[in-house]
Amino acid sequence: MSTETLVRQDSAAPPVGRYAYDQVDRDFLRDRIEQFRDQVSRRISGALTEDEFKPLRLMNGLYLQLHAYMLRVAVPYGTLDSRQMRALARIAREFDRGYGHFTTRQNIQFNWIKLEDTPAALEVLAEADMHAIQTSGNCIRNVTSDEFAGAAADELLDPRIHAEILRQWSTLHPEFTFLPRKFKIAISGSPNDRVAARFHDIGLIARPGDNGAPLFEVFVGGGLGRTPIVGVSLRDDLPEEDLIAYLEAILRVYNEYGRRDNIYKARIKILVQALGPDVFRQKVEAEFAAMDRARYRLHPSIVTAISERFGAPQFAPEDGAVAALAAARATDRAFDGWVRTNTHSHRAPGYISVVVSLKPAGGIPGDATDAQLDLLADLADEFSFGEIRVTHLQNVVLGHVRQDRLQELWRRLDAAGLGTANINFISDIIACPGLDYCALANARSIPISQKLSQRFADITLQREIGELRLNISGCINACGHHHAAHIGILGVDKRGEEAFQITLGGSGEQDASVGQILGPAMTEDDTVDAVSRLVDLYLARREGSERFLDTFRRLGTAAFKDVVYAAA
Amino acid sequence: MPLLENGRVVSDRWTYAVEGEPLGEGAVIVPSSRLSEGLGRAEGELGVLLAPDEAAETLRAGLAKLSLVAVRFPIFRDGRAFSQARALREHLHFKGEVRAVGHILPDQYEFLMRCGVTTVEVPENADISVWNAALQRFSVAMQPSIAAEKATGFGLRRFLDVAG
Repeated sequence: MSTETLVRQDSAAPPVGRYAYDQVDRDFLRDRIEQFRDQVSRRISGALTEDEFKPLRLMNGLYLQLHAYMLRVAVPYGTLDSRQMRALARIAREFDRGYGHFTTRQNIQFNWIKLEDTPAALEVLAEADMHAIQTSGNCIRNVTSDEFAGAAADELLDPRIHAEILRQWSTLHPEFTFLPRKFKIAISGSPNDRVAARFHDIGLIARPGDNGAPLFEVFVGGGLGRTPIVGVSLRDDLPEEDLIAYLEAILRVYNEYGRRDNIYKARIKILVQALGPDVFRQKVEAEFAAMDRARYRLHPSIVTAISERFGAPQFAPEDGAVAALAAARATDRAFDGWVRTNTHSHRAPGYISVVVSLKPAGGIPGDATDAQLDLLADLADEFSFGEIRVTHLQNVVLGHVRQDRLQELWRRLDAAGLGTANINFISDIIACPGLDYCALANARSIPISQKLSQRFADITLQREIGELRLNISGCINACGHHHAAHIGILGVDKRGEEAFQITLGGSGEQDASVGQILGPAMTEDDTVDAVSRLVDLYLARREGSERFLDTFRRLGTAAFKDVVYAAA
Repeated sequence: MPLLENGRVVSDRWTYAVEGEPLGEGAVIVPSSRLSEGLGRAEGELGVLLAPDEAAETLRAGLAKLSLVAVRFPIFRDGRAFSQARALREHLHFKGEVRAVGHILPDQYEFLMRCGVTTVEVPENADISVWNAALQRFSVAMQPSIAAEKATGFGLRRFLDVAG
């Protein structure tokens, strides 16, 4: 590449909301693709056994599913630009069956990839500064963050700068790439936890300290899966300059003491529970005290240099935008209903954040077609500085939309089947891919999710029910986060038949709790009926502005159990 | 087994202690269970093979008399040896040879060196060019390591010069 091209690329305005790659980053990606290509050829030649190749393939995001390979593409801290979204559309079109699936870790997976097409698909990604590095394997996975980062009115600190620092730090980390098990980090800069910090291996909540410098609360040992555990707060006041050192200390303790004899007992949450939080904390503090802290110091100049690679949206003056939106809402009830559910307050006057629902009635949660991906890219360019976010609830956010253009955006979305007004309602379902794709699943998650979203398709009814998180996992590994749902549904194998168990009362937010099992598993149709009865009970018994979760917490399990099993 | 240092095969002056036999002359690597026996020898260089579940810290007392510490991979997926090697350098300031043994893939070579490993025992039939290529693969890294790597001047980036 000529120097001229290099300079032009590097001097272009950085993308809003994410780190701009330079030539060094691009060369690194090319080297990583060459490494994978070499690993594939060594597998073919027999130099690598299948057992040796598998972890290497996984660390490049390539899974072998039931029917085909699945490629999981990293979306660091869930933020994309329009050019990257078009690259994803192209992969859906050219290498998959015309769609992609957004995941609960803000990534996107393609379910019908041919092994031989993988290097070509990786090239398409690399052209858009994207990759599939560490989206699987027993390493530090893609770091997730708040879908309203840098936009939310309630945010204290934009967590994406530190998320990017952690992405870089964890990429091909020499010490932590062969951990006992996968390792997931989430970071938020808002006191309203939208990243499920307490359900991650490490959850970080950032805030400015007294002198304005960032401080972090560090949660460790949370997780879902077979053993759902709410993470413990290790410390509340970690200074920015020690962020990397402290995380290294936690990971060293985990790498040294985490179990390796049983993959179901190998996550850090099991270690924290086995040692007890106090002993675990002592070990981390001992390592932290002994290590060469100067070496790992995150100097403010490093943070500044990386933050300067982020583009910032140039907000226009409010200029009557708020009044224009109010007027439009007053005359258009359908639009008003969508605004009420699918938007989030923005810190800049005259702006608002939009959640685009990927949960139409009867649809597959998180799926988007190549045409929809392209449209989202176009709309991001027209309405939101070219920036797009993926949410851990499997929707998409346009973060910075002018309020006086919101109605126009809504019309465009609605015309493309992207105008469903159901965010945080019962049909805003999280579902894992389930037995339709996944080799681990016991039951199909997608059909029951489609039936439930049809059952509650009436948007007036959904509004009446209000906030209700319903999550579905096709097996005990809990990729659908059923433990963290107000109503969770878990697919099980009951004597060779698919069946579903209901859990109630989970939450992934700052009031984090693990759902409780209601009773024996049921058939798919009985489960859908049971959910209806649970909702009816809530509607009959709720007091004031109680959400389903609040009513459940007040009444307890027995009343809900009766209404499901007494009637059966 | 061939011994690699900086991507090149070098001669190996070390022998392993044989179970049930007295320690021989010269440079001998003992299991940690025979460390005191080794330290009791009048002369000859001493090395110790650390088991995966042993902390580097347990070697602190006798460290001054050790010329080599070997860390072992029971299987390449078991990454405890990375932390052991790093602890030997960072916590114990060990200046001798750190040797990686066991089931290791060439794809791990750069990681090993960045964690403070000096030499790697590779299988008899190993294709050395693959190991060498693994060291040349990347020219930058994005995190601090205990290798004395030069910063590139941007962010966390540093130049990789592990092949020496």
